[in-house]
Amino acid sequence: MAIVFERPKALLDVPTHYCPGCTHGIIHRLVAEVIDELGILDKTIGVAPVGCSVLAYDYFACDMYEAAHGRAPAVATGIKRAVPDSIVFTYQGDGDLAAIGTAEIVHAAARGEKITTIFVNNAIYGMTGGQMAPTTLPGQVTETSPYGRDVNTAGYPIRVSEMIATLDGAVYVERVSVDSVPNIIKAKKAIKKAFELQMQGKGFTMVEVLSICPTNWGLSPNEAIKWLRENMIPYYPLGVKKDITAGEVK
Amino acid sequence: MAKRVSLSGNEAVAFGMKQINPDVVAAFPITPSTEVPQYFSQFVANGEVDTEFVAVESEHSAMSACIGAAAAGGRVMTATASAGLALMWEMLYVGASMRLPMVLAVTNRALSGPINIHNDHSDTMGARDSGWIQLYSESAQEAYDNLIQAVKIGEHKDVQLPVMVCYDGFITSHAVENLEMLDDEDVKKFVGEKRIAPFALLGQDPVSMGPLDLPNHYFEHKRLQAEAMKNAKKVILEVAAEYEKLTGRKYGFFEEYKMEDAEVAIVVINSTAGTAKHVVDTLRAQGKKVGLIKIRVFRPFPAEELADALRNVKAVAVMDKADSFSAAGGPLFAEVRSAMYGRVDGKIVINYIYGLGGRDVTTAQIEKVYADLFNAIETGKYEVYNYLGVRE
Repeated sequence: MAIVFERPKALLDVPTHYCPGCTHGIIHRLVAEVIDELGILDKTIGVAPVGCSVLAYDYFACDMYEAAHGRAPAVATGIKRAVPDSIVFTYQGDGDLAAIGTAEIVHAAARGEKITTIFVNNAIYGMTGGQMAPTTLPGQVTETSPYGRDVNTAGYPIRVSEMIATLDGAVYVERVSVDSVPNIIKAKKAIKKAFELQMQGKGFTMVEVLSICPTNWGLSPNEAIKWLRENMIPYYPLGVKKDITAGEVK
Repeated sequence: MAKRVSLSGNEAVAFGMKQINPDVVAAFPITPSTEVPQYFSQFVANGEVDTEFVAVESEHSAMSACIGAAAAGGRVMTATASAGLALMWEMLYVGASMRLPMVLAVTNRALSGPINIHNDHSDTMGARDSGWIQLYSESAQEAYDNLIQAVKIGEHKDVQLPVMVCYDGFITSHAVENLEMLDDEDVKKFVGEKRIAPFALLGQDPVSMGPLDLPNHYFEHKRLQAEAMKNAKKVILEVAAEYEKLTGRKYGFFEEYKMEDAEVAIVVINSTAGTAKHVVDTLRAQGKKVGLIKIRVFRPFPAEELADALRNVKAVAVMDKADSFSAAGGPLFAEVRSAMYGRVDGKIVINYIYGLGGRDVTTAQIEKVYADLFNAIETGKYEVYNYLGVRE
């Protein structure tokens, strides 16, 4: 009998600590499938963040480094420079990447570091218990914005992909979502392309993945998916924000 | 053959880095250490080294990138000072506890505020408990010699710790001195062509580095880290002995200057030792039995050895170029007096805070310190916690 579906080799056979309904598991799987398909498990190094995916090193089968808060792109820079033929990815949430690590992601991209960042945006600080993040939407209720994010005092959400796309060092930036099967398939294609461009030495690549946080949004997984579609996608439009290979003949 | 050269401290360090030829240097400029990465980046641009040079956006990222490179098994160096070192703070602790050998050249500069670019030791004294080995240097020659030894000390299999090589901002970093440089080949042989990392990303075995370390193991890791710092004492002396064979220059935990029959002594760090030696010579010519101890290794702290060196003096003045605001004395004073307690009791031990923010220290002031010590012995009256050269 032919095997049509199995666990990717890049993903370890262990239970994760993620909350029920969380989409981190899907995104982990997509990254792992891409590593498998590209046959790069033995030369891939992942850099985990601080936040919900802090324990990512327990789930990916490649060598991993757990970086301090927000520091993943800078640590990944050092790793890639020391071992230029390795494939280096960071896996970061919005609290890690878009707040405490803003300088690191901007400058890693600006330098055109040949690394790939998987940026998981769920519009909230998950691990610390649902506080307002730089990506929290206007009016969104969190622990630290109990009446909804007031843009007069808390300012506006950062569209990280659009910002990074303005930098010449970034060669490929796409925002995807894992709210539906078609979107999951698109997300995987984007992640694969980001890794491939890194392998070709083109420059910095990033895939922003819109993700849900049922626990801290206070919604069931189904409601959370609906909330993502109705609120996040309008503010954070999906699609390719930058692709220097666009128009190239394949 | 070694060659005589005239270089500033920063040049000596940059040339030393060139001879070491590290895999990765990630750096951010800050006065007065800016020249080190600047000179070094020219070596990179000219293809004189094989190093990957990363011009990062901050010292925090400089140390983060150094940690990444060291985690991947690279030989890594950088340089900073003052607020730059302070911005690295979080990562200093990470690098040390991850047991990643790196060499960081620090041109000692006052740590704000108010902002000041001149020399004192408040930057590295604040980092004294970060887990880094700290070597201090009186001159450009010592900064160069310490830099080369630092690679070998930190990378030793029983140590595996990062090392700070400290020298005084402007006084040593910018003044040009005559010094002796080793041949490139001798340096290469001394430090070894490549760092041999016992474990690394994409090394021989699969690894996860830096995982969450909770109460069931964290304490044991800290205990091992403390043991590595103890091991460093032995290794520092072994490396010094090997270096002496190569250069004829002798290094230990500290330098004893005219201590054999000294009745009073000053303990000091870095360039002020040069001024103090001149005073020792002057007072010795007057028949006064004065001596000097210049600390080279502050971490690990050579407590037993230092107490032993002070066994025969009657009074000691510890000079701190940093205040700890403990209301009980400076950091070097606290360590020296603690080292003496229970080992060589009954001595007069006093403290002088001096030279903060680059305030010049003169021979006349150091003569006064020795005079205070003799007076304390004679009258039995003295203040423990003193300031030197400040308007009261």
